[in-house]
Amino acid sequence: MSNKINLTIDGKPISVNPGITIYWAAKKLGIEIPHLCFGEDLPPMSSCRLCVVEVEGMRNLAVSCSHPVSEGMEVHTDTERVRRARRMNLELILSDHNIECITCEKSGDCSLERYAYEFGIKEPSFSGEKNIHPVLDNDPFIVRDYNKCILCGRCVHACSEIQYESAINIADRGFPAQISTSFERPLQETTCVSCGRCISVCPVGALTEKFRIGRGREWDLERKKTICPYCGCGCTVELCIKDGELIKVTTPKKDTINNENLCVKGKFGLHFINHSERLTRPLIKSDGTFVEATWEEAMSYIVENLDRIRKKHGPDAIGGLSSAKCTNEENYIFQKFIRACIGTNNVDHCARLCHSSTVAGLARAFGSGAMTNSMKELRTAGCIFVTGSNTTEAHPIIALDIKAAVMKNGAKLIVADPRKIDLVRFATIWLRHKSGTDVALFNAIMYVILNEGLEDRDFIEQRTENFDNFRDVVMQYTPEMAEEITGVPAEQIIEAARIYAGAETSSIVYSMGITQHTTGTDNVLSLANMAMLTGNVGKRGAGVNPLRGQNNVQGACDLGALPNVYPGYQKVDNEAFQRKFEKAWGTSLSPKPGLTVVEMLHGAENGRIRAMYIMGENPFLSDPNANRVKKDLESLDFLVVQDIFLSETAQYADVVLPAASFAEKDGTFTNTERRVQLLHRIIPPPGEARPDWQIICEVSSRLGYPMSYTDTARIMDEMAEIMPIYGGISHKRIRKFGIQWPCPEKQHPGTPFLHKDTFTRGKGLFSAVDFRPAAELPDDEYPYVLTTGRILYHFHTGTMSRRVEGLDAIRPDGFVEIHPDDAKVLKLKDGAMVEVASRRGTVTARAVVTSRSRPGTVFMAFHYREAAANILTNDALDPVAKIPEFKVCAVKIKKAG
Amino acid sequence: MKDERIMKIIGRYEADAGMLIPMMQDLQAENGYLPPEQLRVLSKKLKVPLSRIYHVATFYSSFRLAPKGQHEVTLCMGTVCYLKGAGKISEAICEEYSIEPGGTTSDRLFTLQAVNCVGACALAPVMIVDGKYFDGVSTESALKIISGLSLEPATGTAEVEAGG
Repeated sequence: MSNKINLTIDGKPISVNPGITIYWAAKKLGIEIPHLCFGEDLPPMSSCRLCVVEVEGMRNLAVSCSHPVSEGMEVHTDTERVRRARRMNLELILSDHNIECITCEKSGDCSLERYAYEFGIKEPSFSGEKNIHPVLDNDPFIVRDYNKCILCGRCVHACSEIQYESAINIADRGFPAQISTSFERPLQETTCVSCGRCISVCPVGALTEKFRIGRGREWDLERKKTICPYCGCGCTVELCIKDGELIKVTTPKKDTINNENLCVKGKFGLHFINHSERLTRPLIKSDGTFVEATWEEAMSYIVENLDRIRKKHGPDAIGGLSSAKCTNEENYIFQKFIRACIGTNNVDHCARLCHSSTVAGLARAFGSGAMTNSMKELRTAGCIFVTGSNTTEAHPIIALDIKAAVMKNGAKLIVADPRKIDLVRFATIWLRHKSGTDVALFNAIMYVILNEGLEDRDFIEQRTENFDNFRDVVMQYTPEMAEEITGVPAEQIIEAARIYAGAETSSIVYSMGITQHTTGTDNVLSLANMAMLTGNVGKRGAGVNPLRGQNNVQGACDLGALPNVYPGYQKVDNEAFQRKFEKAWGTSLSPKPGLTVVEMLHGAENGRIRAMYIMGENPFLSDPNANRVKKDLESLDFLVVQDIFLSETAQYADVVLPAASFAEKDGTFTNTERRVQLLHRIIPPPGEARPDWQIICEVSSRLGYPMSYTDTARIMDEMAEIMPIYGGISHKRIRKFGIQWPCPEKQHPGTPFLHKDTFTRGKGLFSAVDFRPAAELPDDEYPYVLTTGRILYHFHTGTMSRRVEGLDAIRPDGFVEIHPDDAKVLKLKDGAMVEVASRRGTVTARAVVTSRSRPGTVFMAFHYREAAANILTNDALDPVAKIPEFKVCAVKIKKAG
Repeated sequence: MKDERIMKIIGRYEADAGMLIPMMQDLQAENGYLPPEQLRVLSKKLKVPLSRIYHVATFYSSFRLAPKGQHEVTLCMGTVCYLKGAGKISEAICEEYSIEPGGTTSDRLFTLQAVNCVGACALAPVMIVDGKYFDGVSTESALKIISGLSLEPATGTAEVEAGG
């Protein structure tokens, strides 16, 4: 306590830590000091001078946002002198401000307007020359009107010190100074990632969401918070609605995982909810075309057909795809419908295609297949090992944590990725291995760790088993041998090993670049080995962190939308669990694990599967070997698709049911860090659309297994009773902020990191993993490796993001990234149209010549139906997890035309 | 390679981002201005955002982003010179040659620069042409001095860059 600083502010004594500023000390006392240039999460600019205060003994007024406290200081925040100075400074700012408040979008939420009102300034007393700038509206999302800019610099700081993009800065000096991109280019030609953080920190109306202009004043907007439906980060979004239309998106200051940050999709990409192509009535296909039907007609038609097929071919001839986009409650209802009503375990969802190898691998090694740590713990890690995750594009908010760890806390970043992803900018070392050689690389890293005695002996002895078998295999992988396989120089492997093993806490972050291989489970096991070898599990900031791709893919897995487990990962072929669920659901259940996504679809070819019920998934674009998927869908006897848009898959359906979007229903999503978060119904569904859970309940009831719930909170209560990891969670408990599972009891606070003193399975299991090459390697005929992934501006199959004008304007077409060396051989120029062909099909796309790609490797995003990467990809499966090899296949390339 | 010169400059300062300004000064000394594509190289090599380099380049009036004219006309706008009519002189020159302060005539004859004080207040108003000081100038005498400037054959620094 001795090093506290004592001072008084407006006569009130306070004792604070040294180094903090007068502003913060005053805030602690509940004294608000006016400020314009200072943002509480940004470094002080000290330029607006509105926060000046009087300090006894000081000749000049002190700038409270940047002036540190000192012992015995007597501060006055509201004296006549202070008020006079503030008023003068306000008038000076207003003298070069475009006072268009009556039409300004910011009016009602503008700090300058508010202070002018408080100080009673009707118009500035200084009249003189004003800057006249053209209004810059050449960006799809952000309109910049620097006539209203007060040069506080908050946007510059947000861009450079939160997003680390530095697209803007102050240009020029003195009176003509203004915020500008370099060489005054449009934002889209700079490093701008359209996160919109600049808009959210702008205290005035200089920066505005383009969409909102003319669509409503601040006081017209109804604001309600819910959870973003795009990736697995689970950001809280505040939808600002007028007359049922989404006007703009903001985010609350408190109780979120995203710390006021959003990415372009969360900030600008949610307008699809009001899109004119939303499904509003049930559709029944008749003679090859869809005809609108009533719910009654559609329901009877579905029930009649499912009943017929079940009677004739048995329940196992029916399969269901649940959805990582739907809520936990809906996934619970869906799998319950398939299991208890239809009577089969043929239920799966797209997690099969993203992280089934994680679930398989981490469950085997640790006993639990989820992120071991919380997102924000990454900020405290000493070393972050990112592999197979293009985090800045696929999980932009987690990328902010990684960037901050490096830039603010000096964490070491190792990037192991064949592509030169944006995080390479922040990396201490970048290992550019060949696609599909992950195991060889990781084994060699572990060889170095063991060879140099950097392993954590105590951890290995006390907390793990099977170490000797593992060591025997790893010790065959010298860095030199791995260099041959992976193309990474041996000395880089050695350096990476020393960095990873040398840090106090090291955290592995990975995603689909690891999982989507025929060796996906091996890759995951190998990473688990690496963490256990160095004792980097079960600690804050250290662990193995698979980033989940969909908003609720974690939840869909948790809730048992998987063919082998009931909710809470309770195995269907375990008799005790079977009895438990039979009792809970009041019916007998099948003990036979069901089919996976790809098996179900391919099962349609030989009549093993006759009917499918697909809720909110689009396998036509998301699954490998799209031509085959098309045939599979066509050969089904009966297909029901429930979605918010007529997706590519829905085109093949016999019945299409209109569902409610995330903004139109209640329930919970579980984000990638296992946090169960509540969403809220904000607007009514369009037309006759209904929440998925209500539709499924009705189908089930009509098929003879009654399900009825008054609301989703009741469904959660039922879930909590039968799945221990959600045991203590209820809607009421998470109203303010979500809880991370496992949360077994009502008083349990949730679990920020797993495996603290003991692994879920008891001891951590080392696995001896040998390198196996990918299923399809390049050869003379198909000489290039194709790898696939996402881009920042679109999501998954584009059903939502491609219906957002601005997103599609920025990235309208499919492309293939080719290294300049390869482009030279192929005689291709940047922008040329090329044909990319694999053994399974051909697509045409625009060539982007870039050294982001490894020579010999090309990259495509899979969002585009007109250049569907998954026509090319290989449907060869990982033997354990049944995940297809999206990340490696062989292709040939030629100029189109 | 056109990047060679900038790489040499970067090497001279051991790629230390803290030496950004000296590097920009060297770049300008060699080219007569700061060619944008070379600033891009600088940004990449030093890992300094281009927007920050642009911020620095536009903050200091001695940096220029466009090639300058063959002659350099500098007008002092310090308090004394201003009181003695420098503002009017500047306006007159700008009107006569259709340029803005800081701009270059379309034929690249000269670049007009306004500076804040050259420390020669006793001689106000002061105009400097290619390093030569003219004291006590008036609108008429200033225009006359400029009209005496002529375009030299293409050997100036600006032309060297034109190939880049």
